[in-house]
Amino acid sequence: MITKKIKQHFPIFRAHPNLAYLDSAATTQTPQVVIDAMNDYYAKYRSNVHRGLYDISITATEKYEAARKQMAKFLNSAPEEIIFNSGATFGLNALARSLSPRLSHRDNIVLTRMEHHANLVPWQEMSKHYGFEIRFIELDPTSYQLEPNSYNVIDENTKIVSLTQASNVLGAINPVAEIIKLAKQKSPKVYTIVDAAQAAAHLPIDVKKLDCDFLVLSGHKMYGPTGIGVLYGKKIMLEEHLEPFMFGGEMVSDVTYERATWNEVPYKFEAGTPPIAEAIGLSAAAEFITKIGMNTIVAHEKRLTDYALEKLTPLVNIIGPSTPSPSQRRGRGEVSRLGVISFTIPGAHPHDIGEIVNRAGVCVRVGHHCAMPLHKHLGLVGTARASAGVYTTKKDIDKLVSAIKEVKKIFG
Amino acid sequence: MTDALYQEYILDLYRHPRNKTMLKNFDFTRHEKNPLCSDEIDVFIKLDKAEKITELGWTGEGCAISTAATSLLTDYLKNKSKADISKLSTEKMLKILGLPKITPARIGCATLGLKAINNAIK
Ligand SMILES: Cc1ncc(COP(=O)(O)O)c(C=O)c1O
Repeated sequence: MITKKIKQHFPIFRAHPNLAYLDSAATTQTPQVVIDAMNDYYAKYRSNVHRGLYDISITATEKYEAARKQMAKFLNSAPEEIIFNSGATFGLNALARSLSPRLSHRDNIVLTRMEHHANLVPWQEMSKHYGFEIRFIELDPTSYQLEPNSYNVIDENTKIVSLTQASNVLGAINPVAEIIKLAKQKSPKVYTIVDAAQAAAHLPIDVKKLDCDFLVLSGHKMYGPTGIGVLYGKKIMLEEHLEPFMFGGEMVSDVTYERATWNEVPYKFEAGTPPIAEAIGLSAAAEFITKIGMNTIVAHEKRLTDYALEKLTPLVNIIGPSTPSPSQRRGRGEVSRLGVISFTIPGAHPHDIGEIVNRAGVCVRVGHHCAMPLHKHLGLVGTARASAGVYTTKKDIDKLVSAIKEVKKIFG
Repeated sequence: MTDALYQEYILDLYRHPRNKTMLKNFDFTRHEKNPLCSDEIDVFIKLDKAEKITELGWTGEGCAISTAATSLLTDYLKNKSKADISKLSTEKMLKILGLPKITPARIGCATLGLKAINNAIK
């Protein structure tokens, strides 16, 4: 059970005791253990990794590699399948660049209507060069879930399926494992990619159960530092399918003036000095999540989401699955949506909503949330979005609700 | 109690914007976007031979601040000259809007129409 005491782990709430931080989908707050882990690196054993023979460098290397192990445990992978990078955007760009040269104008790739720009624009750019078609799994405009009838856009020429585990706008959770399985049946050589940026802090992730080839996430959306992310790749994919996309130190095994050969995985994908403090911080964040327990987090956020939906539904238009329905395709113990609640208020622009709720110390995001095509698709100029994290309380939701009443008073 | 930002006339202009129409005949037009909130605006400007503004119109979905600002700005500019447009500053815009102390986050809203009109005549 998570109580409001959890806020004590997050120094931001000491700096701003009345903050109702409802923008965790954009970035989460940092627990003290993460700050401490990074401070320890800087204060006690800062040095480069994999290079020095002296004690503190050995410590730094050990801690960095321990961070990799921790992230592997978090995703249920092997440590060498974990590549550290700067975040989900980097991971998706790297995959698009590295995989697209294998595609031609006869091929297609499949995304969904609800992708973040980071899982759309890199593919558009690569499509200009390699000529493949981009297809979309459709969205049911009433349930805000993917439309199973449109899974048939996946065919034998589909070479890549890349989709988000959960929408950063709608809060909808996608049946990722089911779609990956289907894709592999229809097109055995397909590469499957999961964008877990939005899911990482809110849903259990098991790359073996998902059976995805690749998965990306960002540290700053799971209580970790900014500037760090993970690209997971199945070992065989990293060894035989994915080409290195950055070149330099650490990723090479042998270099002459003419050519170079690559180091083994995962190092061949980590050119240059990595974000060492951030990787150590991220692993502390994963440990923080694991200690609380993902199931406890899921239950906590479900309670809050149900509460928020109940209070908000009479006041606003929810853009996303409104009532969690138990009849969803997903299995035991899982939830049907995340605590990411986008909404509109007729007669009040999202920007004005954001301004007025901010006066009450409520942080929401307004605009298109890096999903412009989705908003246009739904006929919306923008939405306001409230999103929960482990530290979110009913009181935060109550503050939002009363601030929304204020918006309606002004714009009524 | 009156709201310092959402004053009655601002809300009134938001509900009943002025000059919010697409011109069929125009000399200049421009599409502009506020990256922060994704508001979009199109402006249309018609001049006479002496480069005096005879007609101004705009379309788009904006917040209360940008809608009120563009409404008042387009009113203000009627019968002014093209050269008068380039003389407009952010401060002047905020004065026209009647909200000189708006927060930095909203300056982009208050000046979206101005930016569009400025870029249109460039
Ligand atoms: C679903 C999804 N994918 C990708 C990203 C990009 O993450 P980052 O900006 O950390 O690279 C985000 C962040 O908003 C997201 O919500």
